[in-house]
Amino acid sequence: MALNDRNLTRRSLLRYSVAGMSAAALPWLLAACGGDDDDDDEPTATQAAGDDPTPTEDSAADDETPTEAEEDDATPTEAGEATATEEEDEETPTEEEEPTATEDEADETPTESGASIGGSLVVYSGRSEELVRPIIERFAEETGVDVRVQYAGTAELAATLLEEGSNTPADVFFAQDAGALGAVAREGMFATLPDDILELVEPRFRSPDGLWIGISGRARVVVYNRETVSEEDIPESILDFTDPQWEGRLGWAPTNASFQSFVTALRVLEGDDVAREWLEGIRDNGVTEYSGNSQIVQAVIDGEIDAGFVNQYYLYRFEEEAGGETVAANHWYTNGDPGALVNVAGAGIIDGAENQEAAEAFLRFLLSEEGQTYFAEETYEYPLVMGIEADPRLVPLSEIDTPDIDLSDLDDLEGTLQLLTEVGLL
Amino acid sequence: MQAARRRERWKGSEWFAINGAPPLLWLPALLVSLAVTLPIAYLFIRAYEGGDDVLRLIWRARTLDLLRNTVVLALIVTAASVAIALPYAWLVQRTDLPWRRFWGITGMLPLAIPSYVGGYAVIAALGPRGMLQGWLEPLGVERLPEIYGLTGASLTLTALIFPYVLITLNAALAGLDPAYEEAARSLGYGPWRTFLFVDVPLLRPAIAAGGLLVALYTISEFGAVSLLRYDTFTRAIYIQYTNAFDRSLAAGLALLLIGLTVIVLIIEAISRGRARYYRVSAGGGRPPQRLRLGGWKLPAVLFCATVTLASLVVPVGVVTYWLVRGLRAGEPLRLIWDAGWHSFYVSGLAAIAAIIAALPIALLGVRFPGRFSQALERLSYSGYALPGIVVALSLVFFGANYAPWIYRTIGMLVLAYTVRFLPQAVGTLRAALLQVSPRVEEAARSLGLSGPRAWATVTIPLAWRGVLSGAALVFLTVIKELPATLLLRPIGFDTLATRIWGASVEGFFARAAAPALILIAISAAAMLLIEGVGQRRDT
Repeated sequence: MALNDRNLTRRSLLRYSVAGMSAAALPWLLAACGGDDDDDDEPTATQAAGDDPTPTEDSAADDETPTEAEEDDATPTEAGEATATEEEDEETPTEEEEPTATEDEADETPTESGASIGGSLVVYSGRSEELVRPIIERFAEETGVDVRVQYAGTAELAATLLEEGSNTPADVFFAQDAGALGAVAREGMFATLPDDILELVEPRFRSPDGLWIGISGRARVVVYNRETVSEEDIPESILDFTDPQWEGRLGWAPTNASFQSFVTALRVLEGDDVAREWLEGIRDNGVTEYSGNSQIVQAVIDGEIDAGFVNQYYLYRFEEEAGGETVAANHWYTNGDPGALVNVAGAGIIDGAENQEAAEAFLRFLLSEEGQTYFAEETYEYPLVMGIEADPRLVPLSEIDTPDIDLSDLDDLEGTLQLLTEVGLL
Repeated sequence: MQAARRRERWKGSEWFAINGAPPLLWLPALLVSLAVTLPIAYLFIRAYEGGDDVLRLIWRARTLDLLRNTVVLALIVTAASVAIALPYAWLVQRTDLPWRRFWGITGMLPLAIPSYVGGYAVIAALGPRGMLQGWLEPLGVERLPEIYGLTGASLTLTALIFPYVLITLNAALAGLDPAYEEAARSLGYGPWRTFLFVDVPLLRPAIAAGGLLVALYTISEFGAVSLLRYDTFTRAIYIQYTNAFDRSLAAGLALLLIGLTVIVLIIEAISRGRARYYRVSAGGGRPPQRLRLGGWKLPAVLFCATVTLASLVVPVGVVTYWLVRGLRAGEPLRLIWDAGWHSFYVSGLAAIAAIIAALPIALLGVRFPGRFSQALERLSYSGYALPGIVVALSLVFFGANYAPWIYRTIGMLVLAYTVRFLPQAVGTLRAALLQVSPRVEEAARSLGLSGPRAWATVTIPLAWRGVLSGAALVFLTVIKELPATLLLRPIGFDTLATRIWGASVEGFFARAAAPALILIAISAAAMLLIEGVGQRRDT
């Protein structure tokens, strides 16, 4: 019958397979062409990095960093060699406008730190873009380094780093808490930091092995509703919140990393039994569980709960967004109490990073007066370098007698997680 | 008899054929299915490293509690989604509901709202001292009943993902042959009985496909569920990744999810049925006769309005409120066009890639059913219940270590989306292809077209509604996807979803509001476009 006329010959089979596979590959070809070639360009850029602190390269590198879209083509790194041959239109017309259009404080600061370094730097930042992009861009402008940042959750980035292993494109890991830094350090992925960087910060805020350093401090506080709780009502020690008068009025976030660091500190200082008693006491006191610190502060402002265990800076950010004071206030513990824990956001340099000079300069910049003042003023965290003032609403670090623990021990969360699980919180 | 005839037709390539299918079909299908199992391979590798600890963790009572919670949530959300989507789709497609084009679009839009935004919005609006309570306060309402826990989680999820069922149903309903209904009516069935005994059974594959998507998505969902404080299995996995930094234990738990997926798939296959869904006799397709609602118009409109209010107006309203409040407090309006453009084009690429990848599998499953095609289809669904972070990390592992040339490129991102969301395309395509009669293909072949050409020029174009719906579904899901995007994107490549996340994670809701609204706007525009294309082809 006619059915056999157009038999599937091998040739037509080949023809159709090729057609089919090219059709399937088309989206990816399109994507690859319209996308970026970052990985291959990094080695070449950094090889040239050492020898061209030329002015042309500075200005060319300047306008790449503020913009998000333009970072994904090959041209920024090639500009490091001042070739500018295949530069796309984003580069030249926007040379002047970019910094002013996108960033508020982009052009006033002249290069005070002197030497421009060039090359490119890849930063994995667990700190959110909203918070740290301005300061990173300032660094990029002053030093001419093409900084490319990957923003994601700190723990997810740590997991990514561990999966990537030595193939990671990252040079610096800027983390939200010391636990993640400890986890990466334990796998041997950090390089030892030079002494001049390490000495900028008190020993209690950096790794004892010199593998990572704290950049800004985050203190545990009790946020409370000023209308329903007076300052005198707040117990002398955080351990006393198990008192029945706090029944149903408290909130916490057991899955939050800062809270778990606090419980670890509690275990180290007072022992597992006291920690368990406290956890069970608060739990039996009808505490409300939240998934994060912002929700706790929101709940206190809304009147859902009267007090919660959070970090100090959330309140001030809420007040900034609301445009004024709220009913909530912070209470600090300062007397060596476990509630007086100060955790750090910090950074480390990945072992084998290609642009070592730029990586170290980045850390130095974050620990410079400019960097530290930024964290004090914009994110309401504690500057860790001695001599720089925090926001006046914060209790000064020098007055907080922090519990005597090694922050990098906070990464050994197994015991804490086990305890939290046994008490039924995880 | 049919199978024998089919096999005879492919005589030339019988030596390569499986179940009668030519290698041109099953080879790509196999490759795609294997690609989708990359996450599972990664999980086995990691879990094996963990050794006995993994087993100990899995058999904890708490783990089983979480598993039970997850199953309960999935059941409730699936049942509720089908219960809402079925009447909604029927009202829009088969009756003379007033403003049905409008309801058709608003029914699909909730998909554009990311679950974490939805979660925040629900808490802000309906929380014990949220916005609704604020409005009711003059009436003496001090606190609203708790919406956290199972109630809040199932409400939020149902409201946001019932469109999955709606979209598959739309495509199937539109392609349904009116002859069946007409025959039933001519035999004396009233409109209700026609609906219940003729339409619903004919829609079984679409209901099953949509229900499957909803169930598996609920299992994998983490953002909204954790905000609403309902402990599901994904929470245990996240805790292992983010608190313990232990990827082996997390992998062990994720493998349990795979097991759960297999069970769900088996249930779905049973509910799918084996019936024939295409027209047998002669006659052309024609638009169906729309049922006159008469006095039922008001309740019908109220129903659609309530659904739209709960699933679309509330979240969008809350987000707009944040935006306005932020603007009034002096926040600059951040119109991030480049992130918007990135979102748009990478989602578009993913939609195209997903359809192309899904076609061989769907065709194989429909035209050459058998154990092999079933296995491939199940394989392609196996990773759908995995939380995004697992898929992301598996591709990080394979990409960074074995394929660095594609790692951190848009190609890898599109691959990740395809791997994650392939089942959406497969499900919709399959339901639509089922309605295309093989007779038409045979007619085409008898006129001289070879098999593949007949598919390409006849069958697939006839199933265009499925193609469009599948593409729309994938587009809408990808544009708001977060975990895989965060970890796999090229460095510095922003999408709207990452912007929203970056702002909301720090409590800056006003800054998250503008990108969220842009996201919803782009999704709405894409929906309108697809709807417009659909309308033009219908007429």
